[in-house]
Amino acid sequence: MRVSFNEVRNNKLKSYLLIFFFILIIGMLGGLIGLIYNNIYVGLILSIVAGLIYTLLVFNTGDKMILSMSGAKLVTKKEYPHLYHVIEGLTIAAGLKNTPKAYVIEDTALNAFATGKDPEHSSIAVTTGLLKKLNREELEGVIAHEMSHIKNYDIRFMMLTTILIGIVTLLSDFLLRSFLWGGMGRRDNENNNMTLVLVVVGLVLAILTPLIGQMIRLAISRKREFMADASAVTLTRYPKGLANALRKIKDDPDPLVDHANKATAHLFISVPFRKKQTIMNKLFSTHPPIDERIKILEEM
Amino acid sequence: MQTWLIITIIISVVVLFIIFLYNGLIRLKNQVKNSFAQIDVQLKRRNDLIPNLVNSVKGYMKHEKSVLENITKARASIMNASSVEGKAKASSELTNTLKSLFAVAENYPQLKANENFLQLQEEITGTENKIAYARQHYNDMVMLFNTKIQKFPNNLIANTLGFKDEKSFEATDSERKNVTVEF
Repeated sequence: MRVSFNEVRNNKLKSYLLIFFFILIIGMLGGLIGLIYNNIYVGLILSIVAGLIYTLLVFNTGDKMILSMSGAKLVTKKEYPHLYHVIEGLTIAAGLKNTPKAYVIEDTALNAFATGKDPEHSSIAVTTGLLKKLNREELEGVIAHEMSHIKNYDIRFMMLTTILIGIVTLLSDFLLRSFLWGGMGRRDNENNNMTLVLVVVGLVLAILTPLIGQMIRLAISRKREFMADASAVTLTRYPKGLANALRKIKDDPDPLVDHANKATAHLFISVPFRKKQTIMNKLFSTHPPIDERIKILEEM
Repeated sequence: MQTWLIITIIISVVVLFIIFLYNGLIRLKNQVKNSFAQIDVQLKRRNDLIPNLVNSVKGYMKHEKSVLENITKARASIMNASSVEGKAKASSELTNTLKSLFAVAENYPQLKANENFLQLQEEITGTENKIAYARQHYNDMVMLFNTKIQKFPNNLIANTLGFKDEKSFEATDSERKNVTVEF
């Protein structure tokens, strides 16, 4: 398979951009807290240092966090020879040096994802439902799709997105709440403080909203799934395998992966929730409609 | 003075071009070599599995002596082959004989219930797939390499530098034919 170097470069660039946004947001939050305590620089420096350390940690162990968040367990070749053979075969087809580690999620839903910081440190997780219901060609299609995510560094960007955006939303939510509560309590005591709090809340909202929006826009790329489907086919040379797998995934009555949440949803090969076609879901969907993907594969 | 400058520039451009081309070709050639080694690893792995397979089936398949003999023969011919084509041919022969063995195995319910046989079958199927993928990757690399040395103006220099077309790991005619499987 020849992954276009553009894809790889794009993903690396986007990863750095994401880290930059993250540090920026963390720095601003720190600065704001510093402002309240009349020491903006201490807040700024402390938060940026903490942000950098955290980023480094996420970069190196984010995949482990995601895997344990998803309830995935590392399995041996003895337990799942079938899965190992498929992964090893596609590693060869993709011309990668290291075989990704195999993880299994105990779940009846049909789903899979890949994560890691680069192709040398990567993992593939599949649900037991997937292993049970797909035949070899179909499983190869799904694993080839994940292998493409690995080869073009989608995994790095997606891993950072999952954890960094997750922590930013959590933090800003928490801070906003504590500012609001703080404001309520102090209402009678000091009028001066009250206005400051209001200003701070306004600032937080004004600065964070577009930044988080930008981060999410970076993250949502439905093209990514189409690209991975296409390069999966250059690996297996058998579009029908993945098409059939996607059809089985689509027809599965219970797509809910117990341990999946909004933060990890975009990692999976198909949306791990029950289908509710609201406008919001469509607009912010992390995945292209599965029917469209099947159609494209069948026309190959 | 001016002419000398122009000549120097032209010569250095040509020399730089040759250096870049040479290094690129060396890199590609090593990738070709490495991907061939990948095929070899899997061929060896399959050859190592076969004696076990033959042993585990022997007791059940009393009437299929010729199938087992063909497998042993094909296995030996892979070990003896040294050229790329020779290996490719022997490998596809072994693939076909194994296919017919597994097809025949369908007639032996006892064998299909044998844990050891099923394990070996999975192991061999996995290795067969890996061989196919390794071959696919090798052929892709060979095509990349060959295209690069055949392109103009690379072809003028590549030949003088001693680069020659690599052979792809081709499926032989017998493999291209659909294998008839009788149940």
